[in-house]
Amino acid sequence: MGENGNVWMPDAMSTVASEVDSLFYFVLWTSTIIFALVILAKVYFAVRFRRRDPAEVPQPIHESKLLETAWIVIPTILVLIVFTWGFKVFVKLNSPPPDAYQITVRGKQWFWEFQYPNGTVVANEMHVPIGQPVKLLMSSEDVLHSFFIPDFRVKHDVLPNRYTSLWFEATAPGEYQIYCTEYCGTSHSGMLGKVIVQTEEEFAAWLNEQSQDLPPAELGANVFRQYNCGVCHSVDGTRIVGPTMKGLWGAERQFEDGGTAVADENYIRESVLNPGAHIVATYPNAMPATFGSLSAKQLDGLIAFIQTLE
Amino acid sequence: MSGTTLAHSAHQPEVNYLNHTKTLKSWLFTLDHKRIGLMYLGAVALAFLAGGILALLVRIELLAPGQTIMGPDAYNQSFTLHAVLMIFAFIIPAVPAVMGNFVLPIQLGAKDVAFPRLNLASFYIYLLGGVIVLSALFVGRIDGGWTFYAPYSERVGDSILFVTLGVFVMGFSSILTGLNFIVTVHKMRAPGLTWTRLPLFVWSIYSTSIVQVLATPVIGITMVLLFLERALKIGIFDPALGGDPVLFQHFFWFYSHPAVYIMILPAFGIVSDLMGTFSRHQVSGYKFVALSSVAIAFLGFMVWGHHMFVSGQSATSSIVFSLITYLIGIPTGVKVLNWVTTMYRGSIWLQTPMLYALAFLFTFSIGGFTGIMLGVLAIDVHLHDTYFVVAHFHYVMMGGNVIAALGGLHYWWPKMTGRMFNETAGRVAAALVFIGFNLTFFPQFIMGSQGMPRRYYDYLPEFQGMHQLSTYGSWVLAAGLFLILGYLLWSLVKGERATANPWGALTLEWTHASSPPDMHNFHDTPVVTRGPYDYHLAPELFVTSPGGDGAAEQVHPTETKA
Ligand code: HEC
Ligand SMILES: [Cu+2]
Repeated sequence: MGENGNVWMPDAMSTVASEVDSLFYFVLWTSTIIFALVILAKVYFAVRFRRRDPAEVPQPIHESKLLETAWIVIPTILVLIVFTWGFKVFVKLNSPPPDAYQITVRGKQWFWEFQYPNGTVVANEMHVPIGQPVKLLMSSEDVLHSFFIPDFRVKHDVLPNRYTSLWFEATAPGEYQIYCTEYCGTSHSGMLGKVIVQTEEEFAAWLNEQSQDLPPAELGANVFRQYNCGVCHSVDGTRIVGPTMKGLWGAERQFEDGGTAVADENYIRESVLNPGAHIVATYPNAMPATFGSLSAKQLDGLIAFIQTLE
Repeated sequence: MSGTTLAHSAHQPEVNYLNHTKTLKSWLFTLDHKRIGLMYLGAVALAFLAGGILALLVRIELLAPGQTIMGPDAYNQSFTLHAVLMIFAFIIPAVPAVMGNFVLPIQLGAKDVAFPRLNLASFYIYLLGGVIVLSALFVGRIDGGWTFYAPYSERVGDSILFVTLGVFVMGFSSILTGLNFIVTVHKMRAPGLTWTRLPLFVWSIYSTSIVQVLATPVIGITMVLLFLERALKIGIFDPALGGDPVLFQHFFWFYSHPAVYIMILPAFGIVSDLMGTFSRHQVSGYKFVALSSVAIAFLGFMVWGHHMFVSGQSATSSIVFSLITYLIGIPTGVKVLNWVTTMYRGSIWLQTPMLYALAFLFTFSIGGFTGIMLGVLAIDVHLHDTYFVVAHFHYVMMGGNVIAALGGLHYWWPKMTGRMFNETAGRVAAALVFIGFNLTFFPQFIMGSQGMPRRYYDYLPEFQGMHQLSTYGSWVLAAGLFLILGYLLWSLVKGERATANPWGALTLEWTHASSPPDMHNFHDTPVVTRGPYDYHLAPELFVTSPGGDGAAEQVHPTETKA
C-alpha cells in the first residue's frame, strides 16, 4: 500500500490521471467479477462432481451452442469497449494543448536535466506551475531512458536519436516522484527526480531566483544533491560504490596504476570531468563520464562543498 | 481396440527402455526419444535450479532498500542471468523437449520421432547454446534484463554477441525439434489416429513447433545485424553510428512475442490432458481448443508492438497492435472456460497432477486478465516497465507454463520412471507452490500500480512492505519446489512400482505401453478406435479395477483383455 492508503493506483494528481483511473478500475472490477465467477464454478464443480466411486464413468454432455456463442460474444463486446475507451484516453495523453509551457528534458546516466525557456538549467528537481499544461520535450545523451511520473500517470521513453514528448497538467501543489523506467546501467535505480508543483507566483519567483547567485558551497551542495552524486559517494565516511567525500580534501590518493596525487582543486575538477583518467585504488571504474556539461561555476561550487566535508 | 490393454497389470515387464542397456555411452549416444527426453529433463532441471537460486538471491537483495547482500552490478547481472536462464534454457525447451520428446511419439502410437538422429543432435546443440550464453559472462557484463535493448547492451561490450549467438544456437535446437515433431505428427500416427483423435497435448506441441520454426530465425537475423554493427561499425541500432534503437525493439519483440506462445501453448496441452483424464470426461470444445492453438501460433506474429506503446513507435501502430492483442486474447479466455466446463458432470479426481491443473486455472487467469489490463493503451502508459509487468509475466510464465509443467511432470512421472511418488508429499508441495507463488507475485501487482519500476536495485522505503512479502513468498515457493525435488528423487529408489495406467487415462502411452515403456514403446502397433477422451467408450478400463488410483497398492493385479 502506498503512503496515501490506496491499494492500487496512487492519488490522481494531474488532469488525465483520474480518467486513466476510471478506466483502470473498470477493467479491474470487471475482471475481478468474471474471475471470481470462473473460480467459484471451478471450486463448485470440483466438490460437487468429485469422484465417489473409482469405477464411475460419466456420460459426455451435449455442448450448448448458446453458451458457446455467449462466451465469445460477451468478452468481445467487453474488450471492444475497453479498447475504445483506452484509445480515447491514449489520444488525449498524446495531444498536448498548443499553449503548453515547454521544458526541455535531457536524460543522462544517471540524472535528469531540465532546461527552462529562459535558459535556466537544473537537475533532477523540476519546478512546474499548477493548473497549466506543461509539455516536456525529451531526449537522451547516451542510452535509452524512460521518464515516468506515477502520480500524473505519464511515461515515455527517452531516446538518444529523436525527441519524444509527454504532457501533463498538475492539479495540486506538492512534490511528486520521477523515475527512470528503462534500464540504463549501474545506477538505473538511482536515476530519480522530483516534480515540484507550485502556484504561478511561487514558480515565477523560483525561476527568478535561479538566475541569482548562491554562495559557492551551497551551490555545490545543490549540484551534489541534484546530480545524484550521493548514489555513489557518501558524505559521512561510509563506502558505497565510490569513495566517500568526507575528508577527501587535501588527502593523498592512491590509484590502481600505482600513482598518487593530492586531492586539490585540479584533482577534483579532473575526477569529475574525466573520471577514467585516474581510478582510485580498490574502486571500480564506475563513475559515468556524463558530467562534462557542468559549468565552471558549478565545478567551483562542488570544490567548495567538498572542502566543507572535513 | 486391439492388442493387450496393459492398464491394470501390476507386473510390468522386466526389460524396459531404462535398463535394456546400462552404459553411459548407451545414454549419451541414444537415439531413443524417451532417453533423450530424460536427458533434457536433467538439463532443464539444472537450468531451473540455477535460475531459481539467482531469483532467490535477487529477492533477498530486495528485502530492504539499499545494499542488502550485493552491490548494484552484481544485482543487475543476477536478475539478467536469472531471466536468460529461465526463458531460453528452461521454459522454452522444458515442455516441448522433455515431455514432447517423451510423450508425443507414444501418444501417436509411433516407435520414435521421425528423425531420431536429428533429435539427438538438437540435444547437443541445446547444450552448446547454453555454454555459449554462459561464456558471455566471461567476456563482459550481461545486465539490463533479457530484453538487451540497444544501445546500452551494445555499449557494455561484446557479451551481447555471445548471448544472442547462444540464444540463437539454443533456438536452432528448437527449430530442429519443432521440425521433427511436425513431421512426426503428420507422418507417424498409428492406424485410426485421425486428426480429431489426437490428444490435445499433441495439438499444442504441434502448434508450438510451428512457432519455433517460424520465429527463431528472426533472432539469428538480429544477431547478424548486431555483429555487423559492432564489427564493421555499420549503423543499425546504435544512434551514435546513425542507427535506430527502436528498430532493435521491433526485432527483439518480433521474435520474443511469438516466443511467449512457445512458452504457453504447451501448457495448454498439458492442462487439457489433465482436465480430461482427471475429470474422466471429454474436454469441452475439443475442436476449438485444438484449432485455436494453431490459430494463436500464427496470430502471435502480429502483436509484437504491444510491448512498445511508450517506446517511440508511432501512436497509430500502438493502436493497431492493441486491437489485435485483444482479438488474440479472446480465444485464450474461451479455452479457460472450456477447461472449467470439462469438469461439469465429470468425475473429478483430485490427485496431485489435477491440483496443478486447478492451480493453473487460477494463476493463469490472473495472468490473462492483467494482460488485458496491460493491453489497454492508456493504462499501459502507467504500468509499462513497472512491477505490474513483472507480476503479469510471472503469472503467465510461471503460473501458466511452470505450474502446468509441474502437473505434467507428476502426471507422466510414473510412465517415465516406473515409480509412483508419495501422494501426500505431492499435495503438500502443490499447496506450498501455489501459496508461495501467489505470495511472491501478487504484491508485485500492487507495487507496480503504485509506481515501483522494474529492474531496480534500490527502492523508496514506501515499497518495503510489499518487497518483503514477495521475498517471504519466494521462500515458501522454494520450499515447495525443493520438496518436489526431494520426493521425486526418493521415489526413484523407494517409490511404489507404477502400474501401466495408474490414472485411468485413455491416451496410448497409458493404455498400450508399460511403465516404464519398452525400448520400442509398443509390442504391436496400436490401432485407435476412439477419441482421446472418450472414457465412456472404454468400459474395460474401469470395470475390473478401482479405476486408476494413484496409490498403486489399490490396483488389482489382474490383466484385462479388451
Ligand atoms: C555511478 C556511481 C558514481 C556517481 C553517480 C558519481 N561517482 Fe564519483 N566516483 C565513482 C567511483 C566508483 C569513483 C572511484 C573510481 C574513480 O576514481 O574513477 C569515483 C571517484 C570520484 C572522485 C575521486 C574520489 C577520490 O576518492 O579520489 C570524485 C572527486 C568524484 N568521484 C566526484 C563525483 C561527483 C562530484 C559526482 C556527481 C557530480 C560523482 N562523483 C558521481 C562513482 C560515481
Ligand atoms: Cu535510465
